[in-house]
Amino acid sequence: MKLLFEKSIQGRSGKYLSECDVPMLDLPSGLERETPPGLPELAETDVSRHYSALESRTFGINDGFYPLGSCTMKYNPKINEKVSSLPGFTGLHPLQPVDSVQGMLEALYLADTYLAQITGMDKMTLQPAAGAHGEFAGLLLFKKYHEERGDTARTKVIVPDSAHGTNPATASMCGMSVVKLPSGGDGCIDMEKLRAVVGPDTAGIMLTNPNTLGIFESNILEITKIVHEAGGLCYYDGANLNAIAGVMRPGDMGFDCIHLNLHKTFSTPHGGGGPGSGAVGCKDFLIKYLPGPQINKAGETYRFEASPQSFGNLLAFYGNALTVLRALAFIMAYGKDGLPRMSQHAVLNANYLKHRLSERFRIFNRGLCMHEFVISMEREAKEHGVAAIDMAKSFLDNGMMAPTMYFPLIVKEALMVEPTETEGKETLDNVADIYIRLYDEAMANPEAAKLFPRNTVIGRPDEVEAARNPRVRYK
Amino acid sequence: MGYLLNTESQQREMLAALGLSSLNELHRDLPESLILRGGPDIPGGAGEQAILESFEEMAAKNTVYPVIFRGAGAYKHYIPAIVPEMVNKERFKTGYTPYQAEVSQGTLQSIFEFQTMICELTGMDISNASMYDAASAAAEAVAMCKDKKRKSALVSQSVNPRVIDTIKTYSWASDAAVDLVPTTGGLTDMDALAQKITDDTASVTIQQPNFFGLFEDVRAIAELVHGRGAKLIVSVNPIAASVLSAPGECGADIVVGEGQPLGIPLSFGGPYVGFIAAKADLSRRIPGRIAGETTDAQGRRAFVLTLQAREQHIRRETASSNICSNQALMAMTASVYMACLGPGGMQEAAKQSYSKAHYLSEQLGKIPGFGLRYDAEFFHEFVTECPVDAAKLMLHLGRNGILGGLPLEGGGVLWCATEMNSRKDMDRLVSLCREVSA
Repeated sequence: MKLLFEKSIQGRSGKYLSECDVPMLDLPSGLERETPPGLPELAETDVSRHYSALESRTFGINDGFYPLGSCTMKYNPKINEKVSSLPGFTGLHPLQPVDSVQGMLEALYLADTYLAQITGMDKMTLQPAAGAHGEFAGLLLFKKYHEERGDTARTKVIVPDSAHGTNPATASMCGMSVVKLPSGGDGCIDMEKLRAVVGPDTAGIMLTNPNTLGIFESNILEITKIVHEAGGLCYYDGANLNAIAGVMRPGDMGFDCIHLNLHKTFSTPHGGGGPGSGAVGCKDFLIKYLPGPQINKAGETYRFEASPQSFGNLLAFYGNALTVLRALAFIMAYGKDGLPRMSQHAVLNANYLKHRLSERFRIFNRGLCMHEFVISMEREAKEHGVAAIDMAKSFLDNGMMAPTMYFPLIVKEALMVEPTETEGKETLDNVADIYIRLYDEAMANPEAAKLFPRNTVIGRPDEVEAARNPRVRYK
Repeated sequence: MGYLLNTESQQREMLAALGLSSLNELHRDLPESLILRGGPDIPGGAGEQAILESFEEMAAKNTVYPVIFRGAGAYKHYIPAIVPEMVNKERFKTGYTPYQAEVSQGTLQSIFEFQTMICELTGMDISNASMYDAASAAAEAVAMCKDKKRKSALVSQSVNPRVIDTIKTYSWASDAAVDLVPTTGGLTDMDALAQKITDDTASVTIQQPNFFGLFEDVRAIAELVHGRGAKLIVSVNPIAASVLSAPGECGADIVVGEGQPLGIPLSFGGPYVGFIAAKADLSRRIPGRIAGETTDAQGRRAFVLTLQAREQHIRRETASSNICSNQALMAMTASVYMACLGPGGMQEAAKQSYSKAHYLSEQLGKIPGFGLRYDAEFFHEFVTECPVDAAKLMLHLGRNGILGGLPLEGGGVLWCATEMNSRKDMDRLVSLCREVSA
């Protein structure tokens, strides 16, 4: 398909702005560019058709099953879009007087309060723009806490080998080194190994629970106790909160700090890569270090309060406010009784699909899984030449998104499946039938499986060429 | 309830298949003592109608000023009606990061187009798919420049103070030193800069036009910075960039900026979109996602996420940044805006903003005590003195439906004008200012 630039016709344009009603001035000499920037010249018809064509080459949750493990791609309710696009919110300048944004602060404060209740934390910051940004905020709370206590030898962060790549990358951004903790055979934390690595240099641990294998760390109280007794803090990566939201609170498990991906558990749309929101919560003793101004309530008035001990700001303003509004609407829809039900259905759907698929596929999780499970194609790859990627690409041919591939790293040839609660049994049955049929076809003809997908607008792209000779802009 | 699908009878069938008799059993492996009985302490669930009413009530408690003369990092420009129409398409909105390229060509191509537009605006060789905002983009740019030999950063005090704050936070995180370069006459003080650069200085960050709206001499600063072996980071306003010499041509090594003026509503500060673009020699150090062009086996044009060896999911603790989710849909918003306005429309918006800001400063300047604080040339923001209590002035303007300029710490007011401000509104603002100061 042609690029915008290739559709450009010199002299074509839309008409959007009014005539200037003051004398037009020239820029001071020497500052002005000699030639205009090479942007496309198009009429609105061209733009409309271009983006419609791009849309038809994109796969959304509205198109079908979207089981990306650890990404929690649930349906995005339309009411969330409607409330977040009310002009009373979208038209607010971030530097307006606080008395002119009381309704916005009220909404953000409500989101703060509800999220804190759901996670067992005492206060949230809504400033982080994404999960990784939230992780950064969380580890900076640890850094500041240790620094304020003069406990500066604590520079090591314990991260299980099943963790998301953002965990170790975040530790590095915080000037900390990573202690990689190998998982036990059951995919959970090996308690002896944990005891062996904690010490006076431990800044803390970063943990996803349930972990990326979809297994709940049942020793969680012991884990957080071991870290605390060594003087470290415990960080909860909320990527997998959907399995337990409303059922169990990270704060009660002993975590001092968490981040949430509002674009996962709380259904704000992912937008093809963002914007998300990485709200961070913490226990009382860390509140004073939180980034950005905190939103507090005094009587009936909401206000910003800056803590003098805050570690600083992570963005220019207060975070992806409109995204937070969407999450708030979502929480309101489920409420107290509904949230536990939501998680139960997420776990029910995962277990049901796992049960259906287990007649063909080898699945890492034995017994009940949480909201996701991991298929290993190791044997099929080794013995028949049918790799995880071949299966994943075959799904794309059948009107559904592939599961997350090759993650977690500790399972070879992994396919990580997370159906979420917004699928019905009939869809899961249909998906299971298709998965099994495609599995049998691939095993019968592994050579043909290498050619999947066949029905998409392109086949498998040459990624090696893309990286070797990067073409990252149109010329 | 909420957005669940399985009916009671479907639930029973599914549970039976699993050998379970109730939903509660699904969490039976969790420690019993930690189960939250009765759910979290929040209100009960609400229907869509009630939710809408709650939000409408909250929205009604906010004041949306019909006339805005405040910028300072967030700017009100005209947004063509087609812009939200395009980006609100359900697939764009609900799709995930385009890891599965075969079913994500739309998203990937739009990123590739965004990257190209940013390169055109900035005069750079490579742009990424987006950053959270200008401040985090600047902070990541500072981190990009650090190496084993040079670790510290200099930032001009004429950079937006919120951007400076964010750079400081990121630098503190990685134990890197940041020092500020003072200003003279509202511009980066060249002598102070020359004194402060050392062999340890990895980068110098400036803003064009700067926080006070003034034009920095980017070429002269670049010459000085490069002469001392450091890199120059320039934070730009993309509307201004459409008419100004590209920072790339003026010697910038990295250009960052805030994409909000490109079709994104003020939105109380977010979601916005940061951009970061660099010269080719820094392409392996740029953080975040990058879309690249390649082909499939049949030779068809294809776009993929590329140069991923820099990124956290591959490199883990040695990644150039931890960034994963970015602001993709806002980057698409900026792309649609630029595609609609084109080079001519962008330059028209820039020149109108420039002309209107100058008209406004001239009219304000006729009121005693509202003179310009600085002599240097400015773009669409400028600082005036304020002969009265600025809070009192803003209150008066607010009562008349106007969000006035931003009162600065240490006195003075930072005003902004764009194509959205009519001559009539500017004349009204001036007469209101005159009333208060009389």
